[in-house]
Amino acid sequence: MIELKNVSFSYEKDRPVIRDLSFRIADGESVGLIGANGAGKSTVLKLILGLCSGQGQVLIDGEELTRENLYRIRGKLGFVLQNSDNQMFMPTVYEDMIFGPLNYGATREEADRRVDAVLDRLGLQDLKHRHNHRISGGEKRMAAIATILAMEPKAILMDEPSSALDPYNRRIVINTIRELPQTKLITSHDLDMILDTCERVILLDGGQIVADGPAEVILRDKALLEGHRMELPLRLAR
Amino acid sequence: MNKMEKALYELSEMDDLAAQRSPVHGLCPMAKLLSTIAYIIVAVSFHKYDLSGLVPMVLWPVFLFQLSGIPVRTCFYKLRIVLPLVMAVGLFNPFFDRAAMLRIGTVAVSGGVISMLTLMLKGVLCLMASFLLMATTPIDHLCAALRKLHVPGMLVTLLLLTYRYVGVMTEELAIMTEAYHLRSPGQKGIHISAWGSFLGQLLLRSMDRAEELYSSMQLRGYHEHFHYADIKPCTVRDGIYTICCVGLFLLLRLVNVAQLLGSLFVR
Repeated sequence: MIELKNVSFSYEKDRPVIRDLSFRIADGESVGLIGANGAGKSTVLKLILGLCSGQGQVLIDGEELTRENLYRIRGKLGFVLQNSDNQMFMPTVYEDMIFGPLNYGATREEADRRVDAVLDRLGLQDLKHRHNHRISGGEKRMAAIATILAMEPKAILMDEPSSALDPYNRRIVINTIRELPQTKLITSHDLDMILDTCERVILLDGGQIVADGPAEVILRDKALLEGHRMELPLRLAR
Repeated sequence: MNKMEKALYELSEMDDLAAQRSPVHGLCPMAKLLSTIAYIIVAVSFHKYDLSGLVPMVLWPVFLFQLSGIPVRTCFYKLRIVLPLVMAVGLFNPFFDRAAMLRIGTVAVSGGVISMLTLMLKGVLCLMASFLLMATTPIDHLCAALRKLHVPGMLVTLLLLTYRYVGVMTEELAIMTEAYHLRSPGQKGIHISAWGSFLGQLLLRSMDRAEELYSSMQLRGYHEHFHYADIKPCTVRDGIYTICCVGLFLLLRLVNVAQLLGSLFVR
């Protein structure tokens, strides 16, 4: 589904953020992208989404991402931003949810049907006509996920989906992510959440992959994690 | 509640007002927008000395306040910051235009005073009309109506996003102000030496946000065409309302009702 082949990227000349990165995520796989601050996690997401471009190839569904097919390929990907306020830019949750489907050619009736289906599935019908600036942080995060699901993407990319949430809302978000059937790529420092939601983990350091394997194995490897400025998930550290 | 929180609360109150139910709220946004535009144009078009002709224009907002159930007090409370500015318009007229225009008993009233009062009234009426429009129409519906009137999409999108983000940026400002005050105990306001960096920081934060927001839009397929709310189509009732409003405004503009009524009693 998502494949990176020898991708390198730098914001400033001679200071690469991503170095010769290659990995493949299969259909339906749930992958956690972890690493310390500045490891390049968010940049990898941006490269996959075509928000920045470097050297090497990014392939989505076997098709190389180019300027020409960007619009079409982005229709297959949903991105949940770390700051939901930046994602929810329309006045109401409903308006935000139909924004993507309408841009991708759905009729208003079809967009309405999708909105209702997603809200029913997530149990968020009461949020439908609420104003985005008047809902809580937890509700906003769930609504942000809902806006993405309304686009019916094949893969969902999430940047720190559990950040700034209280334990109750964090648990709701985790349970929601677990139930999503799509391919998932999640970046986070919340390793307990990664353990709960991902079957595979890619550990980045200095823009390179230092480990790639089952979450249960990598997240239990104290030496590996500490060697790259990380710690064991709280649940496993006890 | 600090100043910023209060501002945010007041902003959200406008949404509550727009979400109420009343005959005015039930009108289609286009009818309300057109009648408000017509009202403002007519109100502004009165001659600077035509105070008596302008006064009856008060009737329309008063009627709408009654019909929509929105308290007039709320309007003046929310406009308290802008009103003094409107009042300041024409404040110097009495000094430049001293020729006596009418006498009330032994007191001569100059043309400057009349034109000042006319300007002030025009400003207040326009603000009241705009407030009523905002208080009875959700912003997304208003933007959709603007687009239907072929107002450039760029401007309408800007209006929509500004309304959405004014609260977010106020929150940012509240955080910055709080951080400043926590490290400058006993100081009132923000020292002038910090104004530059304060504004600079706010600008940088806004730019970061704008960039991320734009990315978010692009990732959901945005390219030039913005989809606005699906507003209900105008009905016959909306058409009649708009025609009646515009007719009334034209009547008030062409016939000095106050003078006409006065002439019935005074020779």
